[in-house]
Amino acid sequence: MATTTHEPPKIEEPRDPARLTGNSGNGGGRTLVPAHGDMRAVKDYSPPPASTGIWVVVASITMTFAALTSALIVRQGSALDWRHLDLPRILYLNTVVLFASSIALEVARRQVGAFMGGVRDQVASPARWLYITLFLGLLFVAGQYAAWLQLRSQGLFLATNPNSSFFYVLTALHAVHVLGGLGGLTRVIRRLNRSILRKSTLDATSRYWHFMDVLWVYLLLLLWMKL
Amino acid sequence: MHDMSAHVTQHAPPTSFIRKHIFSLDHKVIGKQYYGMALLAAVAGMFLSWLMRIHLGWTNYAIPGLELLSKNGAPGNVMTPEFYLQLMTMHATIMVFFVLTTAPFAAFGNYFLPIQVGAEDMPFPHFNMMSFWVTFAGFLVLMSSFFVPDGPTLGGWTQYAPLSAVGKVSGPGQGTGVILWATSITLFCVGQLLGALNFITTTLDMRTRGMSMWRLPLSAWGWFITSCMGLTAFAVLMPACILLILDHVAGTSFFVPANLVINDQLQPHSGGSTLLWQHLFWFFGHPEVYIAIVPGMGMVSHVLITNMRKPMLSHRVLVYSMGALAVLSYMVYGHHMFVSGMNPVSSLAFSFPTLVITIPSTILVLIWLGSLYGAKLRINTASLFALGFVSMFISGGVSGFFLAQPSTDIMLHATYFVVGHFHMVMGVAAMFGIFAGTYFWFPKMFGRMMNETLGKLHFWLSFVGAYCIFMPFHYLGLAGNVRRYQAFVNDYTLRLIPVHRFITVAALCTGAAQLIFLYNLIHSRFWGEPATDNPWQGTSLEWSTPTTPPPHNNFGDKLPEVFHDPYQYGVEGSTGDYVMQTSPEQIKGAIDEA
Repeated sequence: MATTTHEPPKIEEPRDPARLTGNSGNGGGRTLVPAHGDMRAVKDYSPPPASTGIWVVVASITMTFAALTSALIVRQGSALDWRHLDLPRILYLNTVVLFASSIALEVARRQVGAFMGGVRDQVASPARWLYITLFLGLLFVAGQYAAWLQLRSQGLFLATNPNSSFFYVLTALHAVHVLGGLGGLTRVIRRLNRSILRKSTLDATSRYWHFMDVLWVYLLLLLWMKL
Repeated sequence: MHDMSAHVTQHAPPTSFIRKHIFSLDHKVIGKQYYGMALLAAVAGMFLSWLMRIHLGWTNYAIPGLELLSKNGAPGNVMTPEFYLQLMTMHATIMVFFVLTTAPFAAFGNYFLPIQVGAEDMPFPHFNMMSFWVTFAGFLVLMSSFFVPDGPTLGGWTQYAPLSAVGKVSGPGQGTGVILWATSITLFCVGQLLGALNFITTTLDMRTRGMSMWRLPLSAWGWFITSCMGLTAFAVLMPACILLILDHVAGTSFFVPANLVINDQLQPHSGGSTLLWQHLFWFFGHPEVYIAIVPGMGMVSHVLITNMRKPMLSHRVLVYSMGALAVLSYMVYGHHMFVSGMNPVSSLAFSFPTLVITIPSTILVLIWLGSLYGAKLRINTASLFALGFVSMFISGGVSGFFLAQPSTDIMLHATYFVVGHFHMVMGVAAMFGIFAGTYFWFPKMFGRMMNETLGKLHFWLSFVGAYCIFMPFHYLGLAGNVRRYQAFVNDYTLRLIPVHRFITVAALCTGAAQLIFLYNLIHSRFWGEPATDNPWQGTSLEWSTPTTPPPHNNFGDKLPEVFHDPYQYGVEGSTGDYVMQTSPEQIKGAIDEA
């Protein structure tokens, strides 16, 4: 069996504290000067744009789903055609799968962190847990698709009633965002394999992925209470 | 092995034509692309307004060649009522989204925000490139609706449900036209969200050493505050447009109520809420007004200070006021819905913050006027347009007091009074901000000066012309002239036709004056007098670049370090009455806000 060996990168010195204090700005660029002139130095030489950026993305997605929530509440209040909808059971299993993927990603993050810190593991690729996360993420999307098929078999389509409309819209939009996260994970794996992964990229991706969990739990509760 | 010890830029300078000029990652090229698109859109939008104005002044006049634009909409070159409404919708959509949002915010912000904070680029250049191309795709989708059989939508830029959600039965263009409109706006929202992501992270994380938030120039503050608004507003409009598309193509009933009969046809929908669309739309729509104007406020302040040679009365209060406008803009959106049948208590609730929002607006005006008082303002085209901005903002803003109160708004809401109000305060003022920015930063963007004589001629014709067009709108509104009508044939509106004709002539002349600007822009780009690095003796970082236009990574080998507040004018510096932000020299008596 072929094994992938990764040589641990050099440990980078902490960023210049003078740049981080107070309001003094943080250097203007992403300061892509790797430590000791070595591009394999994958420690966090990237300053905060990735982590700030991910909160900006989270804020934007939150607004989108807040708008849809208000739409659901207004639509429910204004209508006589609101019917109860039994949520497909598979959604609960999907929830477990999504949570499992988050746990796998956390394990991966620690392993990659240790790897970056110089703890050497010649046999196990630190990407292994990332692949598991990717698989579980895909399984979640497949599970959501199975849920849509179940509704379809009951004759509940997008336009059948407002409940099914909101179910499809909310779950599909969430799935699209999960697919975006899977794209991000793929990018992380590619960069890790090329030893050019920045820790901030991994951290930002994992934050996004965990946010998908939180969002899904919120949506599940909303759908469970309102539909 | 490569020597990586030298400074590494985020992305290497492009070598191929495509990477350099088309799919560029460079924020400066993307800024210019946005500007070019906005210019194209402005020409298209203005042309449509000419056609509408001619029709309003001389109804049923055959406009030569109109048939080319739409065979069904202009048989014998005479505009049909439906085609008038289609032109109105397209004029507004093009102008609001693709000119007033893209030019002051996306174009100038892209070009100058990273430079003003002292960065080599935005942190996510690929997203930045996508931002432009997705927006441009949105523009093409919108314009493509002229080429579908029924033409573009006629539902107005607000696309009120249910008529926007039921398809062809509600009029030509209400089928495919609305779908294209909603698709275009969805793409636009995606593009602007990607832009906002870059703007916010650039401001928060990419500032150079010494550049505190309070050392940011006011223009940078304007773009930052606007990007925060864009982030939340476009994130709401996008799902609203998706729901609208679904009502069309999937037969859902989000916005169409039950038992709705249109043109004697019962609609196959059930239980949707028509007010829901208005709530979602205006939650975006009112912040959008400020998305259009706040960058202008920042840019105009920047231009005025540079030409006054002294800072504003209070840098901080000006920033706080722009921030207050942004926060309040979300609380006032219901004032667009006073006549929608909304609960009167809600009207009262929305009326109060609407009156409150006049406070930061007034503070801004007082700071501008107070700072101008006693200043020896350098009169050039940029400063004239900045003054024009302030003038338009005041004139347009004053009519807002009347519209803020439900009791008077019910009278005025559907009249030309509102048209006059928003054109002055949002349309012309924002356009003047764009012009001020163009004349001011053109030398930095292209390395050549614009012609000042032509510029001043352009200003005076535009300034007088804009007042001639939009002040009479208020009079028309007070006289009861309803808006959105394609012709005026009642006894009382017939008497107002001479006013409409006057406005039409003014609009044609003012529009023609913009050709002077276009000529000046193109001529100066290639044959203008070469510009120095700092032609206006400015202090902020865009005037510290090693070359003009700035190099690929903005500052060459070394990023600048900032030592001062942005506006150290009227001091004794080694170079004259100002000290650059990058100059380490001590300034006597300077109060550093940072």
